[in-house]
Amino acid sequence: MGSLVKQRVLRTVVLLVLGIYFILPLIAMAEFSTRGKGGSRSLESWTSIVDDEGLMEALVNSLLLSVTSAVLMLVLLVPTMAWIRLRLPQLQRLVEFLCLLPLAIPAIVLVVGMAPLYAWVNYFLGDSPLTLTFAYTVLVLPFAYRAIDAGLAAIDLKTLSEAARSLGASWFTVLWKVVVPNIRVALIGASLLSVALVLGEFTIASLLNFDTLQVQVNLLGKRNAGVSIAVSLLSLLFAFVLLFALSYVGQRRRQTVVEE
Amino acid sequence: MTSVAPVATTPGGSTPSRSGAAGRPSAAAWLVAVPFLAFVGIFLVYPTILVLFGAFQDSNGGLTLDNLTTLFTGVVFDAFVRSIELSALTAVIGAVFGALLTWAVAVGNHEGMLRRVVVAASGVLAQFGGVPLAFAFLATIGFEGLVTKFLRDNVGIDIFAGSAWLFDLPGLTLVYTFFQIPLMVIVFLPALDGLRPQWREANASLGGTSWTYWRHVGGPILTPPFLGALLLLFANAFSAYATAAALVSQGSPIVPLQIRGFLTGEVVLGQENLGKALGLGMVIVVSIAMGVNVLLQRRVAKWVR
Repeated sequence: MGSLVKQRVLRTVVLLVLGIYFILPLIAMAEFSTRGKGGSRSLESWTSIVDDEGLMEALVNSLLLSVTSAVLMLVLLVPTMAWIRLRLPQLQRLVEFLCLLPLAIPAIVLVVGMAPLYAWVNYFLGDSPLTLTFAYTVLVLPFAYRAIDAGLAAIDLKTLSEAARSLGASWFTVLWKVVVPNIRVALIGASLLSVALVLGEFTIASLLNFDTLQVQVNLLGKRNAGVSIAVSLLSLLFAFVLLFALSYVGQRRRQTVVEE
Repeated sequence: MTSVAPVATTPGGSTPSRSGAAGRPSAAAWLVAVPFLAFVGIFLVYPTILVLFGAFQDSNGGLTLDNLTTLFTGVVFDAFVRSIELSALTAVIGAVFGALLTWAVAVGNHEGMLRRVVVAASGVLAQFGGVPLAFAFLATIGFEGLVTKFLRDNVGIDIFAGSAWLFDLPGLTLVYTFFQIPLMVIVFLPALDGLRPQWREANASLGGTSWTYWRHVGGPILTPPFLGALLLLFANAFSAYATAAALVSQGSPIVPLQIRGFLTGEVVLGQENLGKALGLGMVIVVSIAMGVNVLLQRRVAKWVR
């Protein structure tokens, strides 16, 4: 049993050392963002987050983008992936390849090719930051594909849709009333992932000159580090809450599968 | 969509989905895939092709290899070497410490709070860190950071005495471990979860020690996923841009920052497509890492079955 004690000691040491390594920057961020004049404590950096119009505008842009990108992702992927499983298995490989392709192409490379494309997009659709929806939907594809694919694999799509069809349901009804409710946990997972990804995205927005949260935070850091650090801490905590919630969503799915 | 023939085309309904119950889909069936394919064609395939083909074009659109040969000269080549060194080093550090952390989490309670917190926090840092991570470091060990000030005022050590290393390669290496270690946790945890307790018990009942277990059972089983994770971490660090961009505002020590230079206007006449060649170079390096990983896992899949 000596090895069990050794294991426990090693585990504690690993958790302690790496725990401090990762928590120290968070403490430093809290400390730095509450510095006042002459060594005092002040919440000025935190209160000025709300007063900074540029920052608030960028935050609204990012929040809107996280919704539009998640919606576009769902609208494009769910019908296509369900349909491919039901009627077009020939396309399975191609769609999987296309969805996973962004993993092999770094965002910094993708943006090189998107720059000329966005000249056209902005010519036709105006230069609203919301046009980033297209680029972000591409970035989200690999994560969303995996989540939705796992969701579709877990249900008996064929039997369910045949049952609905034989009762006279249209394909749209099958999709909306049968497929979507059955894979809703996977859809929530895919959406949460895409929201977190969009809120944290910097590369494409900054190099295509759009004003999003991370772009503003970076700009702001040049003149007022305190506010940027406060917002950074907030966005890390917000992403943590999203992913933490996600871990419970996944668990519910496991339980319902067991019940069935 | 209602014009599509209904369920009559699925005899028995027992055909596996891969072979396809639909037989020969009608033209209307293909239409459903059009929006997705059109979108991906315009916003993913087209920009990719633009980069890959642009790498072989001169400023007048003629065919040339000049951009690619430039990759092997001067500052561009140095940047590739530095990028690869940075990625390899942080991949090894991330894989080793990440594996330790993963082990510490995996031996604990599966539904426990510790595991949940570590996994969620790892997800945040690994995939969505970016700019906030750079500011976390400014707050910690920047010129006025918490640790910097503490060491300067209480211990008498000025960590910036030598140089502004935080804003160069050593700083990037340190910062990159903050998303590499968490990525290792996410990638490696399923492999560790796959180790069955029965194997450990079998080893113990046959008189084996902890060492023989890891030497003959755990080690060999975990080696392929460990190497795979190492390659993934390498590709991840090599592709990363946001953290470096927020931290390093002057100079372009690594490839992604060089590409930034080309996009934000520091372009020398006649080298308009050099940025695309850099992009092609990055895609090639990432693809090699991913390709080796796929081959590795395929070999493993063969004898695990």
